[in-house]
Amino acid sequence: MMTYDQQYDVIVVGAGHAGCEAALASARMGCLTLLLTLNLDAIALMSCNPSIGGLAKGHLVKEIDALGGEMARNIDATGIQFRILNTRKGPAVRASRAQADKQLYRLRMKRVLEQQDNLHLKQGEVTALYLEGDVLRGVDTRSGIRFVGRTVILTTGTFMRGLIHIGLTNYPGGRAGDLPSVGLSDQLKSMGLDVGRLKTGTPARLDSRTIDFSRLEPQHGDTPPVPFSFHSTGIPLRQVPCHIAYTNPRTHDIIRSGLDRSPLYAGVIEGIGPRYCPSIEDKVVRFPDKDRHQTFIEPEGLDTVEVYPSGMSTSLPIDIQIAFYRSMAGLENVEIMRPAYAIEYDYVDPIQLHATLETKQIPNLYHAGQINGTSGYEEAAGQGLMAGINAALRVKGRPSFVLGRNEAYIGVMIDDLVTLGTREPYRMFTSRAEYRLLLREDNADLRLAEKGHLLGLVSEADYMTFQRKREMIAAEYERLCSTHLEMNASQAELLSRHGCADIQKGITLEQLLRRPEISYTDLAAIDDVSRETVSNVSEQVEIQIKYRGYIERQLEQVERSHKLENTKLPDELDYYSITGLTTEVREKLAKAKPDTLGQASRIPGVTPAAISVLAIAIKAKRWKSHEA
Amino acid sequence: MYIRDTIAAVSTPPGNGGIGIVRISGNTAATVGSAIFKPVKDGGLKSHRFYFGSIHDPASDELIDEAMAVLMKAPRSYTCEDVFELHCHGGVLVVERVLDLVLKCGARLAEAGEFTRRAFLNGRIDLIQAEAVMDIIGSQTEAALRLAQHQREGALSNRIYEARGYLVKALALIEAYIDFPEDDLGETDIATINLTVDRALSILGELLAGFNDGRILREGISVLIIGKPNAGKSSLLNRLLNENRAIVTHIPGTTRDIIEETINLGGLPVKLLDSAGIRSTSDIVEQEGIRRALEKIQEADLVLFVLDASRPFDSEDQMILDALSDAKTILVLNKSDLPRVVELPACFDGMISIPISASSGSGVDDLREKVRTTFLHETDLDNREFVAISRARHHDALVSAEAVLRKFRDNLLLGLGLDLLAIDLRDALSAIGSVTGETTCDEVLDAIFSSFCIGK
Repeated sequence: MMTYDQQYDVIVVGAGHAGCEAALASARMGCLTLLLTLNLDAIALMSCNPSIGGLAKGHLVKEIDALGGEMARNIDATGIQFRILNTRKGPAVRASRAQADKQLYRLRMKRVLEQQDNLHLKQGEVTALYLEGDVLRGVDTRSGIRFVGRTVILTTGTFMRGLIHIGLTNYPGGRAGDLPSVGLSDQLKSMGLDVGRLKTGTPARLDSRTIDFSRLEPQHGDTPPVPFSFHSTGIPLRQVPCHIAYTNPRTHDIIRSGLDRSPLYAGVIEGIGPRYCPSIEDKVVRFPDKDRHQTFIEPEGLDTVEVYPSGMSTSLPIDIQIAFYRSMAGLENVEIMRPAYAIEYDYVDPIQLHATLETKQIPNLYHAGQINGTSGYEEAAGQGLMAGINAALRVKGRPSFVLGRNEAYIGVMIDDLVTLGTREPYRMFTSRAEYRLLLREDNADLRLAEKGHLLGLVSEADYMTFQRKREMIAAEYERLCSTHLEMNASQAELLSRHGCADIQKGITLEQLLRRPEISYTDLAAIDDVSRETVSNVSEQVEIQIKYRGYIERQLEQVERSHKLENTKLPDELDYYSITGLTTEVREKLAKAKPDTLGQASRIPGVTPAAISVLAIAIKAKRWKSHEA
Repeated sequence: MYIRDTIAAVSTPPGNGGIGIVRISGNTAATVGSAIFKPVKDGGLKSHRFYFGSIHDPASDELIDEAMAVLMKAPRSYTCEDVFELHCHGGVLVVERVLDLVLKCGARLAEAGEFTRRAFLNGRIDLIQAEAVMDIIGSQTEAALRLAQHQREGALSNRIYEARGYLVKALALIEAYIDFPEDDLGETDIATINLTVDRALSILGELLAGFNDGRILREGISVLIIGKPNAGKSSLLNRLLNENRAIVTHIPGTTRDIIEETINLGGLPVKLLDSAGIRSTSDIVEQEGIRRALEKIQEADLVLFVLDASRPFDSEDQMILDALSDAKTILVLNKSDLPRVVELPACFDGMISIPISASSGSGVDDLREKVRTTFLHETDLDNREFVAISRARHHDALVSAEAVLRKFRDNLLLGLGLDLLAIDLRDALSAIGSVTGETTCDEVLDAIFSSFCIGK
């Protein structure tokens, strides 16, 4: 084994969505970083759907952007359809979604990585962690090079012991067309980490030249398209529609006829799949009364005929795949370019991580993305960013960086993962956030830009723009509170048209905006200054005023939870030494090793009584450490 | 705050009884108990076995009492800790002496409710059960006892969990519409959400309606007997007392003061207050008694206005009538065995009146029944499913859940954003959680347990 003549601060293994953010974050924070990938042509590859965002995922992307990550800028530069979902369901659950040109997405990300100072990009398969005794020193690669680094971030995606299934045929692979990573997960297991197996799947890629789009309903993006990044000024690429198609009873018959050759139903697949993203055969079996299932035919790019039928993932054999896709209206003559497949892979239960994403077992080893049992590009990127930040902070000897559940979806996600672990692929949902109204897409910068700047990830120029926006919001809020309505004829006319004839002269514009009938747009009709206010400022002011009651309620709840969240539980705490806990609770706490009392309180089965006992034991120092 | 030292207290009611129990709980309970108790047969005490022996003062070796003792090793005890119980003779002095010894040997005197608090903190009982235990201790009548036991068995929990289930279901619906806008779910099904929340609301409403009955069963009512001298107040009181076992010994006082007796009126604990006769008088002491009696009118749950029906209505009766103002009153027309003379002014119209004869006892049953049914609904008491929330904390939590849900329903129909609607539902769930003990914090616990009696 040749030892490479370079001492890295951070080594990132894997260049998917987690690895890219991790490497960029640590390099931008001034750490010499190595990014190792199996295939330099597959950086930031969208292995499944060619889209970014959606509910809760869009929130994650905006948070990554506010903290100085890359994902939002990358999709803005390469997106070919942008939509805002849930526009009528309330501000907290509005979410952005975009279709990407898959190849441009990956190429742009590679270019960003290549141009980043302090970042080395190399191809190589990591076969083992390199340890001296118990101390992590770096990684070994299949080509015989040993890289030395102070911290290592594993972002192995679906590659560790990846096994691809198409019908009853299966073969090792990390993704269609790529080799798996072998050896690493066995080593992790031998070091005492709990390694499990998950399953996911992807639909076939279809040839759009063989689809009759005249029979499908098009779905266009918003005009004008709204970018993800708080700093993007526009969307450069041509915008294209998706199309909606449906299965029918005949499709379902065909699918049922192939179940005996489905690896899922034949019991060949042992990994646990995502319940929220079932294969089409799962949908047909579990909902036999539903006579059609919807699919969006999504373009994979501007320069390709390949399209992606969402929601149609399957591990059925290829003959069944061909027959069922062709049974759908508009797809009668469709040609499959790449077959659908399921993939099983190893993950490491994230309950074994600190909230910094560092493993409790092996100091200086961090995990991010699918290795933690998550699914989704955005989930992976959010973790990658946090792992990169924390590895860099460790190298610099600075305190770690953890986001609270009241601060970011990233915080909710990581807290869920490290507190509860996961047994199935974990996806972000807005309902996982108890302070959802505080965690909106629109205020991600207000929540996080300051932190990103302190970390050194948000550039001075971007930070100045942010500060200006924040000042304008405060000024506009103040102005609305201090401007009184004159009630001239045109104002009175507008108000009566909105059913607000009861409003008296002299109320402030803030009071007026509190009325459910009145929007900021209405204000602009009667108030010259409002007309001139830029939309990202007026949006904030409007939300802050209209939802103040609810927002304050959530803030009070956050305040109440602070005591628990801020009470740290020592690493070395032996739960069996604390009297007054039931055996069941002790076992659960000993397994989860929560970092704070707040985390402990979220472990199912840990009762409020147990939390009281624990709180007192900590306060009175009535506990022993493992060594004692 | 829960400190794991060893506590002790007398677990039997104060006063002389056949037997007095001193209970010790905590890590050193066995050591403390064994320091003063010597079993007749040598050898250590096995858990959950009764031993006969004697209690000695370890300092002087003086024999204090013969006693039975039992050691219950953790976690198979009431508190889930080691518990040592000394069953001695029930004289006040003996029991106090034994407790003193126990405290000298290292135990601390338990605070109010501390045994039950420990049982709760150790996961032996849930919050509703813990509160119900206190009700069993304090139960004065069988009906209250039945309610308390019923609650302990989780009937209240079950109803609340049922309501909770509906809310979780409604919330799940909303969350689905929020998180899966691109899935083929159809339009937001407001009607189903509304209906589901309605079901929860009707359970909460039912539980809240039972609240008053629950409180009355637990705390009883106070009934003031008022009237002119010689109208028959004392005979009525004696009549009611004679036919109903008094469960609290009477508090002595002069005839010019208020006399208090508690009776069990068909399951309803009733505190009877006999007052001085009301009349015009120049006697200063008597005037004071009358003033107090009139004051009591406002505090009582019910006033029994006793009139001598064999005499005309006079200015002294009028004086009482004026003082009654809007107090809940039953007019008792006494001396129904004599010819009726009294003619009631029009302002008595609509007031419930019952003719009785306190001396013969006729009509007293009717009166008793009237008092009882004024406060209790017969069907509720005998209905096995009857579940009442008998604690103010439960009541407040369910009231706030109900209020949030009503707001939720209004907001739902107004078309408010789903994100805000979800907040209302979550708040209602968290209010309900505070009843079932799921989201309680230290302050709530402290408040609950400070209202506990010592012992089970």
